[in-house]
Amino acid sequence: MGDNVAETGSPDHDGNASTHRSDRETLLNASGLTKRFGDILANDNVDLVLNKGEIHALLGENGAGKSTLVKMFYGSLDPDAGEISWNGRKVSINNPAAARELGIGMVFQHFSLFEALTVVENIALALPNPGKMQDLAKRVETVSRDYGLPLSPGDIVADLPVGIRQRIEIVRCLLQEPQLIIMDEPTSVLTPQEADQLFVTLQRLANEGCAVLYISHRLEEVKRICHHATILRHGKVVRECDPTKETAASLASMMVGADVASVSSGEGEAQVGQTRLTLQKLNAAAATPFATALNGVSLDLKAGEVVAIAGVAGNGQGELFDAISGEMRVSPDMVLLDGTPCGNKSITWRRKQNAAFVPEERLGHGAVPGMKLSQNIVLTRHSTGDRLVGGGFVSNAEAGNLEQRIKKAFDVRMSHDDPEARSLSGGNLQKFVVGRELDREPGILVVNQPTWGVDAGAAALIRQALIDLARSGSAVLVISQDLDEIFEIADRIAVISRGFLSAAEPAAQMTRERVGLLMAGGAETQGEVA
Amino acid sequence: MRLELVKRKEHSQAMALLSPLIAVTLTALSAAIIFSITGHNPLVGLYKFFIEPLTQQWSLEATIDKATPLILIGCGLAVCYLSNNWNIGAEGQFVVGALFGSVLPVLFPSFENAATLPLMLLFGAIGGALWALIPALLKTRFNTNEILTSLMLVYVAGLLLDYLVRGPWRDPGGYNFPESRIFSDAATLPEVFGGMMSLAAPITIAIAVILAVVLAKTLKGFEIRVMGESPRAGSFAGFSAKGLTLFSFALAGALAGLAGTMEVSGALNQLLPSISPGYGFTAIIVAFLGRLNPIGIIIAGFVLALSYIGGEGVQSAMGVSNEIASVIQGLLLFFVLACDTLILYRIRMVTKRSTSAEASHV
Repeated sequence: MGDNVAETGSPDHDGNASTHRSDRETLLNASGLTKRFGDILANDNVDLVLNKGEIHALLGENGAGKSTLVKMFYGSLDPDAGEISWNGRKVSINNPAAARELGIGMVFQHFSLFEALTVVENIALALPNPGKMQDLAKRVETVSRDYGLPLSPGDIVADLPVGIRQRIEIVRCLLQEPQLIIMDEPTSVLTPQEADQLFVTLQRLANEGCAVLYISHRLEEVKRICHHATILRHGKVVRECDPTKETAASLASMMVGADVASVSSGEGEAQVGQTRLTLQKLNAAAATPFATALNGVSLDLKAGEVVAIAGVAGNGQGELFDAISGEMRVSPDMVLLDGTPCGNKSITWRRKQNAAFVPEERLGHGAVPGMKLSQNIVLTRHSTGDRLVGGGFVSNAEAGNLEQRIKKAFDVRMSHDDPEARSLSGGNLQKFVVGRELDREPGILVVNQPTWGVDAGAAALIRQALIDLARSGSAVLVISQDLDEIFEIADRIAVISRGFLSAAEPAAQMTRERVGLLMAGGAETQGEVA
Repeated sequence: MRLELVKRKEHSQAMALLSPLIAVTLTALSAAIIFSITGHNPLVGLYKFFIEPLTQQWSLEATIDKATPLILIGCGLAVCYLSNNWNIGAEGQFVVGALFGSVLPVLFPSFENAATLPLMLLFGAIGGALWALIPALLKTRFNTNEILTSLMLVYVAGLLLDYLVRGPWRDPGGYNFPESRIFSDAATLPEVFGGMMSLAAPITIAIAVILAVVLAKTLKGFEIRVMGESPRAGSFAGFSAKGLTLFSFALAGALAGLAGTMEVSGALNQLLPSISPGYGFTAIIVAFLGRLNPIGIIIAGFVLALSYIGGEGVQSAMGVSNEIASVIQGLLLFFVLACDTLILYRIRMVTKRSTSAEASHV
């Protein structure tokens, strides 16, 4: 079984890549894998060859079929057609236990750990023969130290930060001595430093002959650590390449199938005007045991600038957004719009002050899944003077006009006119939800994770729209986990960590390293001093 | 071979209309099976149950009489269910409404003028609303489960009625029978359309139509639908979940209370230890069979009223227990809820062997 099987992509790009791979032995060879869900062909005749000791990137937009493919490798899904051979032998992987038996391990994007148990207990739960707890604890300690992912077996998971929790998942995989590790967006929850640490581990695994199938949206890191990349689009393999010989832009255009417009921040410096939004020592207790408390958050947002708040997920971003939008009420003086204290005012009042909000979760928060797009426009604009409501009656005609306008301006693609929100793809719905607010030309816009899970094309469009809004004189606050995005669009950057916010500093003076240190707790100490 | 449910991308409009029809058909089929198991001719049984009541003037009038409270209560419940507030206690709100509405004719029988009836109806609505606000306040204040509290209050209301008609409100000239005095003419709901129906019926239809417009066209109706489907999105829209809980319970209670007052003022003309053959519970089925849409509820109200009359019909004609009506009502609710699945899912036959997928997490 040779590497030539894999080279189904266009030869002009991957000629060099194949030589780069040729000295390796084939570990997994999938051919003709097909999986259908109802009308959707999630995987269409997919061929993929994984070599031993190779870090292999699986790239594609959301819905391109990456998860479906790896789930077939991991035994969670059964292919409708096609076959998988493992070490040259044809196998059928009926369930995850069979996959682990073969030596295939998987690290999920969302962890499956019991918070109330210790590290070693969690690991024991996943092993077929955990043996004595003390012996296992020793093994965990040695293996984790060996791979540069040190763990204390006795720690309770609930007390551990996300980066360490991911280590547990990885170590759990390693203990089963896998020949292939599948990782689904492993760095989305890590600080840059934590990600670097992970990359070292992956390199080492690869050197030992273990293969890694790596799913990520972060093209820079794919370029940095992956030996080979397979690109999926609409369930088909469209290209294979050596990512080290590509640019992030060329990888993105392969995924999207078209050139992705680069974002331009306009002419020169931002023309900064008056302060529009002020946060003063914003405190809020955690509403539930899983929420994060906000601790003395202060920030000034001025007209004409984009301020970005960086941070790893779950550090208080959602709570901060809710306090600014008015979904969570706080003391009046903690939030000021144009100098007016409004911490206890409703979201409708704030919208009438020409503020607009886009929450992180599009479906179920930003939009009602089972309602048509035109109805979803009424959701946030019923009281903003758009003539959508008169005498208590909703004007479907006006809502329909707005829907058409937003659809055109933001290139929202739909199979038929005015569909239910749930039927749109993530990227299209995000364009709609952002477009719905931008269409108002708000003076203050607060966006949480504007391009989370959105394909490259839509992300570029949204980012450009945010910059354009700021350049037209509005104040824009972006809360994001994506550092590439933040450095692309922000004029000033602050970092949130465990509910503390660092001072916003000019983006030009910020480095990724500094942001990473603030993410890892620097913001906290800074916040406490301030 | 096996069946699989596949999620649709959008709600199916066709299924939203078809699902109640399929449910009624399946219920009729099940009823036929029950008739034949108990040794009766299923076709005769179905005819007596579903068709015969529609062929005679008196049974048609009785059907309208029974449908009226079901429709009015069902409309209020629809508002609750649309906004995700599970009011199961309409039966109690119906009874307390009837008690409030009876205060004038029972305690002040000499207060007889043009204002008597309107005041009675107003009191009835207020009484039902107050009773319904108890579980609503418990929910908004203490996060209590409104299904339990509203249901429990049904029995409290029933006992309250029982106590009053046996004690303080008993008719002084009634030979100690547990019933209140007969209402005066001024306190009696007049009949309309040549005696075909009481005034309650046109009032109910008017309220249902108004409610249909409110739900479909106004911002309040929009708020109700948004809150029911996605409370988080509703709060993002600036709507108050607590406010809507209070509103929907008060509205449902008021309509149930109004129905209760109209029942005692029109059909019964006095208070009895029991004034409802379970209207408040049957109205739950009416609300769902009518797709939580007031116009649909008008139709569904007739179908369920038919089951009361039909139950009596098969009992007298065929000797089948009257309880068959409850069984058929229960089956109907079961099939309605089951068929509703088809609005957002479609059935697919899978013929190929396929190991079921383990959840993706280990």
